[in-house]
Amino acid sequence: MKAVITVIGKDNVGILSKVSNICADYNANIVDVTQSVLQEMFAMIMMVDISNINSDFVELGEKLDDLGKSLGLSIHTMHQDIFNSMHRI
Amino acid sequence: MINAYDILETIRMIQDECLDIRTITMGISLLDCIDSDIDKACENVYNKITTKAKDLVKTGERIEKEYGIPIINKRISVTPISMICAACTEKNPVKFALALQRAADTCGVNFIGGYSALVQKGFSAGDIELIESIPEALAVTTNICSSVNVGSSKSGINMDAVKMMGRIIKQAAERTADNQCMGPAKLVVFCNAPEDNPFMAGAFHGPGEPDCVINVGVSGPGVVRAAIEKYPDASINEIADIIKKTAFKITRMGQLVGSKASEMLGVPFGIVDLSLAPTPAVGDSVAHILEGIGLETCGTHGTTAALALLNDAVKKGGVMASSNVGGLSGAFIPVSEDAGMIDAVNNGTLCLEKLEAMTAVCSVGLDMIVVPGDITPETISAIIADEAAIGMVNNKTTAVRLIPAIGKNVGDVLEFGGLLGSGPVMEINRKSPSKFISRGGRIPAPMHSIKN
Repeated sequence: MKAVITVIGKDNVGILSKVSNICADYNANIVDVTQSVLQEMFAMIMMVDISNINSDFVELGEKLDDLGKSLGLSIHTMHQDIFNSMHRI
Repeated sequence: MINAYDILETIRMIQDECLDIRTITMGISLLDCIDSDIDKACENVYNKITTKAKDLVKTGERIEKEYGIPIINKRISVTPISMICAACTEKNPVKFALALQRAADTCGVNFIGGYSALVQKGFSAGDIELIESIPEALAVTTNICSSVNVGSSKSGINMDAVKMMGRIIKQAAERTADNQCMGPAKLVVFCNAPEDNPFMAGAFHGPGEPDCVINVGVSGPGVVRAAIEKYPDASINEIADIIKKTAFKITRMGQLVGSKASEMLGVPFGIVDLSLAPTPAVGDSVAHILEGIGLETCGTHGTTAALALLNDAVKKGGVMASSNVGGLSGAFIPVSEDAGMIDAVNNGTLCLEKLEAMTAVCSVGLDMIVVPGDITPETISAIIADEAAIGMVNNKTTAVRLIPAIGKNVGDVLEFGGLLGSGPVMEINRKSPSKFISRGGRIPAPMHSIKN
């Protein structure tokens, strides 16, 4: 079971590390990361394995949402099923 | 691996283009709540709804967070109350409305629909009492929706019911005159009412449905408009294809949410209603899609054709995306809930007659239209009859949700607030249809109803 974390906003020092720290706290294993910085805009898409997380998935999402708000970034944590169902037949 | 473009597209649809699941509606049969003692029956109704739907809102919120997709409404539809109150010795259906309101408050749902009667061929026990009680029921409750089916392609149009409903709509407005005439905004008169519609105000749980079922209504006019805007030079065939692809994606999301909710609640999954339902929010307008296709203003010549194209493409795109499609499925054109429609009425481009033509090719009917407060009950009945005739002859659902603005006239506005928006009072034809309406009886079913 995987989830997709997207981070979009103004580039800053340590975004990746802060997000991955929270993932580590919840035992969510990062399996893939793509990130780019275009005209100072930071966009990261992170795929995490949530099969063995030590808490509720919704709680992880809320935690990341709080982080996003404190950094002025938009962070979405969504179950991968929504992308699979919308974009795959 | 899902590619980055797809991920960002989904997020943009939700964040910038108002994509959402409009409603998860739990249909609950109340047939096993019937009792000759009305108080006992009301208690049974309350108990059944609050047992079946106790986790509905919680489950909806959980899915919202897990998938990051907003679910705007959690609703319940029930068996038409006229069937439940038919067996009661005391004929006071308003008691059921109050029991439904209590259940809505306990479950925390936005609306319960099903204060309804199906009278397309005639009135059975309980129907007349229920219809007569609608103005009071809508005035003393806040979250209860009512509907009456007055016609069908198979049985024709019950003109006695049509006549009655003109008066009932007027009374419902008068009873709520101090509250923006809110009563009739929660009342729909149908021809060919679907039994599994998750959208209010016309939702009810048909007698042919299972005991309990989950139906989902998707939305997304903003997504369709944004997709069209990317192709300013596309031909009409290409536009149809773009709409189909977009509708497919939207519906897939509805299918996912519905099957997830059904799994979590342990209730069978009914249908996805793949409707484009506008909201007053900027960018969430069906009128703006039509304008995106190439009309200067919605309501001008060409509007009916553009809407026909849109409605058909939405269905074609959605059908393959869902295991079961049902409900109304198509484009909605509620005037007060659509920023583009409101503008078109205000600048004089969109009139009642054009809206009537549009209902012949879209999925519903004359919806959320504010008319002058001095409209006669006979004129309301005649508007209902016209609309029901379009539905009957074209084998489609049509509906009328008119709001007489008591004490107001053309140029005034009713402010409903929330998803219901605000409606400018529209011009009506003042010549009298009262002789036609007063005849009563039934318009026979059309020739093509004889299919067996």
